[in-house]
Amino acid sequence: MTGLLFAALAGALFAIGIYLLMRRSILKLVIGLLLIGHAANLSIFTAGRLDSPIPPIMTQDAIQLNAPTADPLPQALILTAIVIGFGLQAFLIVLVRRIVGRNGVDDTDEMTSTDIVDRGQEDGK
Amino acid sequence: MSLLTLIVLLGFLAAAVAPALTSLLGRRVKFVLVLYPAGTFVALWLMVPQIENGNVIVESFSWVPALGVSLSFLLDGISALVGMIVSGIGALIIIYAGGYLRGHAQISRMYALLLFFMASMLGVVFSANLIGLFVFWELTSISSYLLIGFNHERLSSRAGALQALLVTGLGGLAMLAGFILMGMVGGSYEITELISRADVLRAHEFYPAMLLLVLLGAFTKSAQVPFHFWLPNAMEAPTPVSAYLHSATMVKAGVFLLARMMSILGGTDWWHYAVSFAGASTMFLGAFVAFYQSDLKRVLAFTTVSALGTLTLLLGLGTEEAVRAAMLFFLVHALYKGALFMVTGSIDHETGTRLLDRIGGLRRAMPITAVTAIVASLSMAGLPPMLGFLSKELLYEAKVQAPFASFLLISLGVLSNALMVGVAALVAFRPFFGKMKDTPKHPHEAPWSMWLGPATLTLISLVFGLLTAPLLGGLWNAAVISVHPEASPVALKLWHGLNEIVALSAFTVLLGLLLFWMRDRILAVIRPPAFLRALKAEQIYHLMIAGTLSFAKRVTAVFQDGLLRHYVMFVTLVVVMFGFWSLLAAGPIDLAEMSGGLHVHDVIIALVMLGGALMAAYSNSRLVVIGSLGIVGYGISMIFLLYGAPDLAMTQFAVETLSVVLFVLILARLPRIKDIVSNVVRVRDGVIAGLAGILLTVLLVIATAEPLSSRVSPFYSAASYLEAKGRNVVNVILVDFRGVDTLGEITVLAIAAVGVFALLRQGSKEGKP
Amino acid sequence: MKSVILSTVVRLLLPLILLFSLFILLRGHNEPGGGFIGGLAAASGWVLYLFAFGSAEAKRALRLEPLHFIILGLTLALGSGLFSVAAGKSFMQGVWLDAMVPVLGKIGTPVVFDVGVYFVVIGIVLKIVFALAEEEGR
Repeated sequence: MTGLLFAALAGALFAIGIYLLMRRSILKLVIGLLLIGHAANLSIFTAGRLDSPIPPIMTQDAIQLNAPTADPLPQALILTAIVIGFGLQAFLIVLVRRIVGRNGVDDTDEMTSTDIVDRGQEDGK
Repeated sequence: MSLLTLIVLLGFLAAAVAPALTSLLGRRVKFVLVLYPAGTFVALWLMVPQIENGNVIVESFSWVPALGVSLSFLLDGISALVGMIVSGIGALIIIYAGGYLRGHAQISRMYALLLFFMASMLGVVFSANLIGLFVFWELTSISSYLLIGFNHERLSSRAGALQALLVTGLGGLAMLAGFILMGMVGGSYEITELISRADVLRAHEFYPAMLLLVLLGAFTKSAQVPFHFWLPNAMEAPTPVSAYLHSATMVKAGVFLLARMMSILGGTDWWHYAVSFAGASTMFLGAFVAFYQSDLKRVLAFTTVSALGTLTLLLGLGTEEAVRAAMLFFLVHALYKGALFMVTGSIDHETGTRLLDRIGGLRRAMPITAVTAIVASLSMAGLPPMLGFLSKELLYEAKVQAPFASFLLISLGVLSNALMVGVAALVAFRPFFGKMKDTPKHPHEAPWSMWLGPATLTLISLVFGLLTAPLLGGLWNAAVISVHPEASPVALKLWHGLNEIVALSAFTVLLGLLLFWMRDRILAVIRPPAFLRALKAEQIYHLMIAGTLSFAKRVTAVFQDGLLRHYVMFVTLVVVMFGFWSLLAAGPIDLAEMSGGLHVHDVIIALVMLGGALMAAYSNSRLVVIGSLGIVGYGISMIFLLYGAPDLAMTQFAVETLSVVLFVLILARLPRIKDIVSNVVRVRDGVIAGLAGILLTVLLVIATAEPLSSRVSPFYSAASYLEAKGRNVVNVILVDFRGVDTLGEITVLAIAAVGVFALLRQGSKEGKP
Repeated sequence: MKSVILSTVVRLLLPLILLFSLFILLRGHNEPGGGFIGGLAAASGWVLYLFAFGSAEAKRALRLEPLHFIILGLTLALGSGLFSVAAGKSFMQGVWLDAMVPVLGKIGTPVVFDVGVYFVVIGIVLKIVFALAEEEGR
């Protein structure tokens, strides 16, 4: 049942993330991407089974990992994903910061071309 | 032995090395490259005695055995004849192109493409397997596209090239469909097998469909009405290309296909009427329109259309006499039309124009070219002692003995041939006699490389006309037998004695000369009927292209309106649709693995995370949004901690803290959240997003319901300490087993950091907003 | 936003955090921990320092450019892999010293690799945070 619970949680995070991707505010879009990242990590973790709460770490004198422990493979995958996700997040935040700073808009509906939007002070509306 | 395979492969090899050889050898490269077509020609010539009595040489290699596709080649009468035309004229064209494009920066591309075409065309000619034939067929279309568009900086050039590719490409696809039908019904793609099962194919209910599809391929390639319009537009190509592809060889591929298919699909009423009708109308319309042209190259293009119509008509009739006439005319037309095109190129090259009104009196400046053009025109007009005369006699004989509509065919034939005579006279006299006219360039005789080709072809027309039987008889009879197996060998003679055929010929010539004499007056009085101009098939082509483009624009306007959120919506919708569709197909899910209790703390964590995520979605306060996101992140790290992943928990915790720091650092400059959309849009987005979430959940449940059988994790668990001396298996995977991945990852991170730095620096350089 | 309490606490805390991060890093092969977590912990310490004293002061205290941490880390990671090649094994195959080293435990190329990861993570976090802090400080 725990698997079912976390599968539902991952689905909910994913749904909220997708919903945020469809918002006009670019900050919401970034939050949506980050939520989807969480949903992905949780999905991998759930798909790797939640059978044991024991970490995949051997005791001092063991020479092999004795079952049952958690599966080390998804953990290695997720660890990588978390750190890469951090890099992505930093880049996104700075990118948003630049876009807003340069164009004076945070509305994705206004970003329909790759050219620089020259809006001047018009954004004060 | 595998001579044919070797020939085709060598051709592609020659095309591949041609550019390098050109930069190595410069202008002399043509003498090296010409060795390929010349050698092919000689090899085929030496093979002729082996196939004269109707023998067939077959070579076969397995290609895609599962689909019954093999790379197999055969040599019989018609493939030897056409192969020799392709290689023989090809050799002369290589030399001619060397002169025509002398000093051109892109000449190496021309050589490479010509050789590429040559190899593809030989592939079509030798193919003994329908799928192989299709592949080579399409390769000729592609090389034709590239060659027509050789001067790609000209718009008309690109348009002509694209038109030729689209028309012949569509026909090629129809042909492939026809081939597949034939393969399904006949149980094989090998032509020899299919011939033995021809009765089954002809009696099958799919016969009309396969015939129609194959004919579409043949008719588009050979420019039959109403698909003829691409050929005159293909005259944008440099003249060596027009002479080679668009008169002598590639456009004949359709006719060649008809000849190949005749023993499989021919002999039915469907065949007779469909093919003869297309051929007859093309024959007449081509000749008629040619008479009205003022550009020498377009004149020749439309006479080519007419000649292709004649060949199609003959194969539609399908009698012994008609096949004899067709096989001879195939060669005759290639000889004189190739020569005349090259002559036109020489005139264009030397005077700078090829408009009939602007050239005249060139016989003194270009004597060799003049003689060549006049003698070649004699063959075109069908006058003795040229080979063209012989072929026209056979043509009339076939029409007189036609099984149906004989009188109509003779009338149309005489009229078309008279127009051809008129055009031949036009081509022979207009440029070379009369007053010298002012031309853009001062005319000189063309260099040797540019008169060698046409002169050789014309000389062959003459010599073969005089010595037909000993030189050509064997090959010609073999070609006839390969198309019409019941035909009996006959001797070719220039003079048959006075009979009705000769009378028809004489009448044709007189009528043709009269047409030439009266041309200016005819042009002034009789315009082509208005409905013909209005109903131009080319208009339909343009309408279709414009319609496709505007349809594409409308579709794009709906699906790609520039709003990111709509892109996301469509992508999500499609994924959801296909996802649920395949889930429905998969059937019910087994939830047995999912049994077991539920901890209260798990439920609490999940609810808190859900609340955080909802808050992040709902709130418009930047601080609340960032804080809520943090709650979700810390919640995940709790889950990691509870289910045996302390490394993950620690990492997630640290990352979450740092990310809050990042957000706080730029909080002041973050945009205020404004999300102005109607509630309807919110609900719509919510439903779509909800479906996507349910899909992910269901997929996860299905994945978890399957028993886990991993060989990787047990290996890591067992080897972690013994081989990598570490007791924390996760860490050992990261730094040892999958260390290269981690190295890649930290490199990516370093690049991201540099990217962030660059973005910020760029901003401060441009001045702050 | 200088606060006396914060700056005093941070001055005491930073060495402890750095020491702790080294501990996490080195025990990573046998216990929870490793280069990623250790690096993040060390970087967090410096971020705290930055909040207390400002980016200019933090940079001075750090002595090295964050970019140099990244370069050092990548070099260590790549070098540990190439060392195996030099030792006649395939790229990144572990090479271990037989003897135990006091405090550090067993020493081998994977440990060096993990130290490389540690420095890269410190470098990128500080690079980004410093850049943002300077941008906003202007």
